[in-house]
Amino acid sequence: MSHIPAPILWTVIIGLALGSYGLRFAFIGFMGGKPIAPWLMRHLRYTAVAIIPALVAPLVVWPAPTGGDPSLMHFAAAAATFAAGYLTRNVLFGLGTGGLALLLLYLAA
Amino acid sequence: MAITTTKSAFWKGFRDSAPFIFMASPFGFLFGVLAAEAGLIVPEAFAFSLAVFAGAAQFTALQLMQENAPLIIILVSALAVNLRMAMYSASLTPYLGDAPMWQRAIAAYFMVDQSYALSIVQFENEPKMPVAQRMAYFFGTNGIVAPAWVIATALGALVGTRIPDSWGVDFVLPLAFLAMIGPMLRTPAHIAACFVAVAAALPAAALPYNLGLIVAGIAGMVAGAQAELWLERQKAKTESAK
Repeated sequence: MSHIPAPILWTVIIGLALGSYGLRFAFIGFMGGKPIAPWLMRHLRYTAVAIIPALVAPLVVWPAPTGGDPSLMHFAAAAATFAAGYLTRNVLFGLGTGGLALLLLYLAA
Repeated sequence: MAITTTKSAFWKGFRDSAPFIFMASPFGFLFGVLAAEAGLIVPEAFAFSLAVFAGAAQFTALQLMQENAPLIIILVSALAVNLRMAMYSASLTPYLGDAPMWQRAIAAYFMVDQSYALSIVQFENEPKMPVAQRMAYFFGTNGIVAPAWVIATALGALVGTRIPDSWGVDFVLPLAFLAMIGPMLRTPAHIAACFVAVAAALPAAALPYNLGLIVAGIAGMVAGAQAELWLERQKAKTESAK
């Protein structure tokens, strides 16, 4: 387990706190009633749904528990999690399914 | 039933948000557990949730810190996940922009997925609601969910320090992200953004300093925006053809 150095951790916590607050305050605080440009709105809508899959894809293809070797077991658990989350539109169903799949595959292996 | 007082507006928001406790608490708890596994002590995990107050961004930062990514990449990536908050802020401004500055300053902190989603529906359904009641409703939607999130994190961190490393929870964080993605894919444009981001992320993983994440994220974002434009044009075409 790699421990995160305290200066890094606190820089991240404080930086994220200020940055997130800035994003949340930006329009309601500063812009008054001025509308946000449609092209900007259009890109903001897709940031989370782009960044999170981009973060997770390498973690699934090269999973940490195997030291980065592709593993069918981890891929199957990941696919089950995604499918359950997508079909039920519920984060917790997705997570529950994935956890269960991972457990079953561990026991079967 | 129409809302009649500021107080009843707060309690309506409070009641409407109640089901979200079952979403926020387990996720806060999981964040606490994984933060503890990453070596954070309970006060650190607690401060993290209290100060940042944004689940997906916190998970993102936690993952990247464990990968020893450069500080700037961690901050840019996690803030990119939070860019949607700027959109919420912009979208609520027509309804809350006339409230006193101190109220808007506090409201900004509480701008999260669930408070936005509930509030925008309420404000659109009852356009005659006075600003003071709108603000009360907005705060009401956070009355229970916000404390639940922060307390659940602390509890998770307490439990997490007792979980042995041998349990191999290091694949749980990717699973948590995967579970978050499904419900986000509401339109074909969201699916396009997700698909392009994944397709770009795998080859881009070879880039140094976790830069691949930023490259793939931008690719997905542009793909989503372009897909939306394309879909709108298609819709306009079929409608004008009628």
